Amino acid sequence: MLTFKYRFNIVYIKIKRSDKVTAKKTPLYGEHVKLGGNVVDYAGWFLPVQYTGLIPEHEAVRNAAGIFDVSHMGEITVKGKDAVAFVDYLMTNDITKIVDNQIIYTLMCYPDGGVVDDLLVYRYENNYLYLVVNASNTGKDYAWILEHKGDFDVEIENISDSVGEVALQGPFAQKILQKLTDFDLDKIEFFHLQRDISVDGVNCMISRTGYTGEDGFEIYADNEGIVKVWNSVLEAGKEFGILPAGLGCRDTLRFEASLPLYGHEISQEITPLEGGFKYFVKLDKAADFIGKEALNKQWSEGLKRKLAGFELIGRGIAREGMEVQKDGVIIGHVTTGYMSPTLKKTIGNALLASEFTELGTEIEVMVRNKPVKAKVISKKFLKKK
Amino acid sequence: MKVVKGLYYSNDHEWVKVDGDEAYVGIADFAQEHLGDIVYVELPEVDDEFAKEEAFSVVESVKAASDIYLPVSGKVIAVNEALEDEPALLNADPYENWIIKIVLNDKAELDELMTSEDYEKFLAEEE
Repeated sequence: MLTFKYRFNIVYIKIKRSDKVTAKKTPLYGEHVKLGGNVVDYAGWFLPVQYTGLIPEHEAVRNAAGIFDVSHMGEITVKGKDAVAFVDYLMTNDITKIVDNQIIYTLMCYPDGGVVDDLLVYRYENNYLYLVVNASNTGKDYAWILEHKGDFDVEIENISDSVGEVALQGPFAQKILQKLTDFDLDKIEFFHLQRDISVDGVNCMISRTGYTGEDGFEIYADNEGIVKVWNSVLEAGKEFGILPAGLGCRDTLRFEASLPLYGHEISQEITPLEGGFKYFVKLDKAADFIGKEALNKQWSEGLKRKLAGFELIGRGIAREGMEVQKDGVIIGHVTTGYMSPTLKKTIGNALLASEFTELGTEIEVMVRNKPVKAKVISKKFLKKK
Repeated sequence: MKVVKGLYYSNDHEWVKVDGDEAYVGIADFAQEHLGDIVYVELPEVDDEFAKEEAFSVVESVKAASDIYLPVSGKVIAVNEALEDEPALLNADPYENWIIKIVLNDKAELDELMTSEDYEKFLAEEE
């Protein structure tokens, strides 16, 4: 979770005295420092909030290309005869529906329907799945998966420390990456992967996935190789206007594209149904899965609260955690809010009592204890090109 | 990092420019640079009174909402309304673009602030 409500002197300590021994360095730490990245401790990792600036980086990804260090993400492999059945039992989405080299987005829930994490499941083979999970949840996820192994014939391994990952995102992503590989990238469709691709001589796994709402790739390599990939991509992307991009715009980009961030739109307290992600919860899939009963019940009884999009009409910026009211009564809270760099408007997501989530409903966001007028709009802030 | 001579500075990177019994208050170059692209400035009302080190304004970048503290106590006599429509003026020139003008309660409070020379040293030590 990003918290940036600091006073100037605290920012400064974060930047200059970021020597807390608890945070880990990704293999690209040295590159961030060289590029003048504004490095902070994020989820236990030293990562840059921005290099040149959040807005130029955001715009580069929307209009050209950006590259992110996402080496902090967790990777857990599940191998064995029961790999698919086991993962299907843990996940809300139907893992049996994907074929080799295909990827699926899913949620992993607690028995009460709250979310353990949201993740991508990469299917290498029917007996070999590769899960990519949120950095801050890696330890918790790994423990959760191990705990539910039961009689399933699987081998589970947390390989996060040996995997480096970058995300190359934006309309020119393919043109840039194609310069560095002989493999025809047209052959990797959206939410598909390819292993053993040489990127400027480095052995990589590449998927056409991302967290920005733009076309792009996520590229995985070992810790040494990823540094070369990072630098080669930056060099190859120069003519296309690529920028190294930080965590700051990663959040604004995913938010505009209506992609959830764990701890905000979904969490242990917010079920995927409340978050509006029913598409990824296959209540009618054949197999049982953890949380199925509770989620089925919640759905059949009707949701008491739902995630809604809103636009601020009055002046100000809605931020995460702010209360939302209607006629002086609290009806929910903001989960994410920004002055959208693409739309130049203050927009947000809020978890609201269901009766107030109808499009056009007028609500009030309490910005520093003052009510600011807002109205409910579609969460799909970004119009597809 | 630009530091303008003749102003008083606080540890939180606000500046005070004294004009008789009155003073302009704004944020220093260091502050605007570390905040990044400023997209919103919340101004107080004329006649609002603030104690020393009380928050009088909120400056927001895309990512952060930061309180701005009044380094000396006083009463607001003018606010820079141009910042409401063009908050990025604070990035463009944080010294030219003051945030509020106040009547000083007690000029002796200025002695507790840093001179431009002290502030330059303060910045150097921090870096």
